[in-house]
Amino acid sequence: MKRILFSICLLVGLASASMAQSAQYEGAMTKQVAMLDDSTNFTPDRLLEIANTFERIGAAEKSQWLPFYYAGYCYVMSTFMQKDNDKVDDLADKAAVNIEQAEAISPKNDEINCIKSLIATSRIRVDPMNRGMKYGMESANLLVQANQINQENPRVYMLQGQSLFYTPEQFGGSKTEAKKKFEVALQKFSSFKPASGIAPHWGEAYTKGLLAQIK
Amino acid sequence: MKHLNLILLTMLLPVCMMGQQRISGKITDGKKRPLQGVNVSIKDSYDGATSAADGSYSFTTDAKGTQYITATLLGFTTQEQKIFITGPQEINIVMRNNVNDLKVVTISAGSFEASDEGKTTVLKPLDIVTTAGAGADIVNALKTLPGTQQTNDREGLFVRGGTGYETQTFIDGMMVRNPFFSGLPDQPGRGRFSPFLFKGTTFSSGGYSAQYGQGLSSALILESTDLPQRSSYTLGASVIGVSGGLEELMKDKKGSYGVEADYTNLGPYLGVVKPKYAFSKDPEIIGTSANFRRKTSSTGMIKFYGYYNQTNMGTIRPSLEYPGFDELFELKNKNVYTNLTYKESLGHDWKLNAGFSFSSNSDDLNLDTLKKSNPLHGKNVSQLTQTRLVLTKGLGQYSVLRFGGEYQYGVEKSNFGGWQANYVDNYTAGFVESDIYFTPRLLGRVGGRAEYTSILAKANFAPRASLAYRLTGNSQLSLAYGDFYQKPEQQYLRFKNDLGFTKATHYIASYQLVAKNYTLRVEAFYKKYHDLVKTGIDTSTTGTGYAKGIEVFWRDKKTFKNTDYWISYSYLDTRRNYLNYPFEVQPDFAAKHTVSVVYKYYIPAITTNLGVTYSFSTGRPYYNPNLPESKFMSEKTMTYNSVGLSASYLTSIRKAFTIFVLSVSNAPNIKQVYGYRYSTDKLRRQEIVPNMPRFIYIGMFMNFGIDRRQDVINNM
Repeated sequence: MKRILFSICLLVGLASASMAQSAQYEGAMTKQVAMLDDSTNFTPDRLLEIANTFERIGAAEKSQWLPFYYAGYCYVMSTFMQKDNDKVDDLADKAAVNIEQAEAISPKNDEINCIKSLIATSRIRVDPMNRGMKYGMESANLLVQANQINQENPRVYMLQGQSLFYTPEQFGGSKTEAKKKFEVALQKFSSFKPASGIAPHWGEAYTKGLLAQIK
Repeated sequence: MKHLNLILLTMLLPVCMMGQQRISGKITDGKKRPLQGVNVSIKDSYDGATSAADGSYSFTTDAKGTQYITATLLGFTTQEQKIFITGPQEINIVMRNNVNDLKVVTISAGSFEASDEGKTTVLKPLDIVTTAGAGADIVNALKTLPGTQQTNDREGLFVRGGTGYETQTFIDGMMVRNPFFSGLPDQPGRGRFSPFLFKGTTFSSGGYSAQYGQGLSSALILESTDLPQRSSYTLGASVIGVSGGLEELMKDKKGSYGVEADYTNLGPYLGVVKPKYAFSKDPEIIGTSANFRRKTSSTGMIKFYGYYNQTNMGTIRPSLEYPGFDELFELKNKNVYTNLTYKESLGHDWKLNAGFSFSSNSDDLNLDTLKKSNPLHGKNVSQLTQTRLVLTKGLGQYSVLRFGGEYQYGVEKSNFGGWQANYVDNYTAGFVESDIYFTPRLLGRVGGRAEYTSILAKANFAPRASLAYRLTGNSQLSLAYGDFYQKPEQQYLRFKNDLGFTKATHYIASYQLVAKNYTLRVEAFYKKYHDLVKTGIDTSTTGTGYAKGIEVFWRDKKTFKNTDYWISYSYLDTRRNYLNYPFEVQPDFAAKHTVSVVYKYYIPAITTNLGVTYSFSTGRPYYNPNLPESKFMSEKTMTYNSVGLSASYLTSIRKAFTIFVLSVSNAPNIKQVYGYRYSTDKLRRQEIVPNMPRFIYIGMFMNFGIDRRQDVINNM
């Protein structure tokens, strides 16, 4: 009897420990993801700090894709804020390492494809003449795959619109086509329900911002 | 009771962990400079912090006892330290730059690589296409690199005191017997293959790998492209012709096929711009090619490329030999080239590359001193069939062992005015070579190549060795040594096969600094020639010679905004005693000083690229038969100057990527004299000059993407 009681207590103890771990995960992630909803954190230094935290969470958890996903997101976003072209490839490499870890945990994930597409886009600017074709195609193909996985993901339309928006018309860009994409994206955003509070949900305000520039 | 304690302990275990300790410290690099942005953490926990601008960090942790603290930062080796937490702790960490581990040294002596893959390559494939004055020709673009000569009156790439014949071209490892279009006398000969076919171009001006042979001076190693990114159509139109192509990526994205056709006719252009010598037949070229590529597994790939081309042209020029008469030279050329390769990883770090190639070239010549002699017909046919197999074994992290063999079956037929001189050659070669990394900074390449050729009934063995050592950061020193053998040219072998291999020994030392936006290379070389072909009463391989020199290359993409330029300088001291030379002299194809400046400027607002290429070389010796033998080749031509201009405008017409190109070679129409030709009686001479000294090219290329899935999504 005592032995049974002991076993139960032991189980309870272990369970409370693992629950604490999971609560810690939710808590830490919620706090960090909330930081990404705050635009004042979008500076290279702050993003690196937040990425570092996500990397720590990812390294401790090992089986969660979101920390790696967000670390990748932070790094790729910071490439767009870099003034120095020389740093872009290193940051994009770092983003790629994280997103590959996320993909190993969660393969065929449309959100992960979105980040991979952004990474490809970020590399173009280092050498547009030589890289434009290769990475532009890669970026577009990743979005096509993302769309095949989940047609309701608004970020796919947003990124497709963004690429049309920023590509010069000579190279196939179009503001009117971009506008159509942004409108679809906003429609999808309005019906999009993130799987949880910490699941990817960024982009709506950004889409509105770009759309406002067209109008 | 004892149990109860245990139970309590178990239940409280997570709570006990809440007791927090502060960990703080400072992170610096090896030179004690603070590092910002370092991710410091207790391994496998959330606890950690990012270091501030002064390198300091601080965080609290619940962890106790033996733990590992890790520090990571981009560009530095991750540090891990064992710590024992009992109370607050100060831990300072020194991080090491990981440049040395990431950027391993590569063999660079004598070679220039243009590729998209390596970050430290000197050139990108696009650089070849956008070099002004090169006319999108690989060899013309390479003539802006050090080591090359501005020898534009003969076919081939003349490198470091070597003739055009001494440069061998390889596509996916296989030798190309006729890499240039057959041309008229005194013309440079344009390369047959478009630069767009290749993802990598390596130009070696000496000391190249034992994988390649039969080039005394230089190897041009071309690597064909893999699968295209998407399906597309291309259309091109220019002042000299039209072209069209189709490339289809298969639905499963594991294969592709393409066909291409082009038609060139200089007639309309020559109606406007008169050449120095009239054409009896305006140059006309009909070309077509097909390719097929298929992934056979995740690592395997089979590739086929086939090409057919025919050229027809003729000139009439005043006869040097018979004043008042005209000389007719007409040429009909037919060329077939095929290349089939297969590569696959065999597991356990083994890789296989196999290839098969067949090519055939026929030149029909018609020579006539009009209204004087009977026409003389000539026909040259050369066929080359070859197979090649290379196995590569990875040894440890970077080192590799490579070995393989090749077999070539060559048929050379010549018929001049009924005189036939044909021969067949069986050529077999084997090689073994290993790249050994003693450390990531020190690389040695040692190998050798053995060859046997049936026409000479002789064998040779050529040792090759290179060493590369990385100094600080991005600079490295390299040394290369090697023996290189080559069969005498076909025109001598046809008549006499009791000859030996010609031979050159290379010694090269180079310094190279490749940073992201600039490159500096300085290279010194010494090349010793043995057994060159001597003509005269009897043909033999007893000629001698040497070449030595210093070359500098500087490229800068950063100093001036939107501007990329490079400067090459070559100093060449060479003498040889070959053919009918009485003693060792500077040969008539070599200039002492050569300079090229390539300048490219991009105007983003109008998506236009502008380019200027300036080339200079000092005069070349020529033979004046009126001088005594002691003055052989003592006179020199005027210096060579050329300014090429180009502008390309990128735009889109409907959905097609469109490029408009304007390119002018020798824009200021500077007079260029490559040498003089004397009549048999030594009384008259003719300048050797380009027939069209300035060439203006205007063209447009359109590329229609036909990725249908993309269209479907766009219409959603």
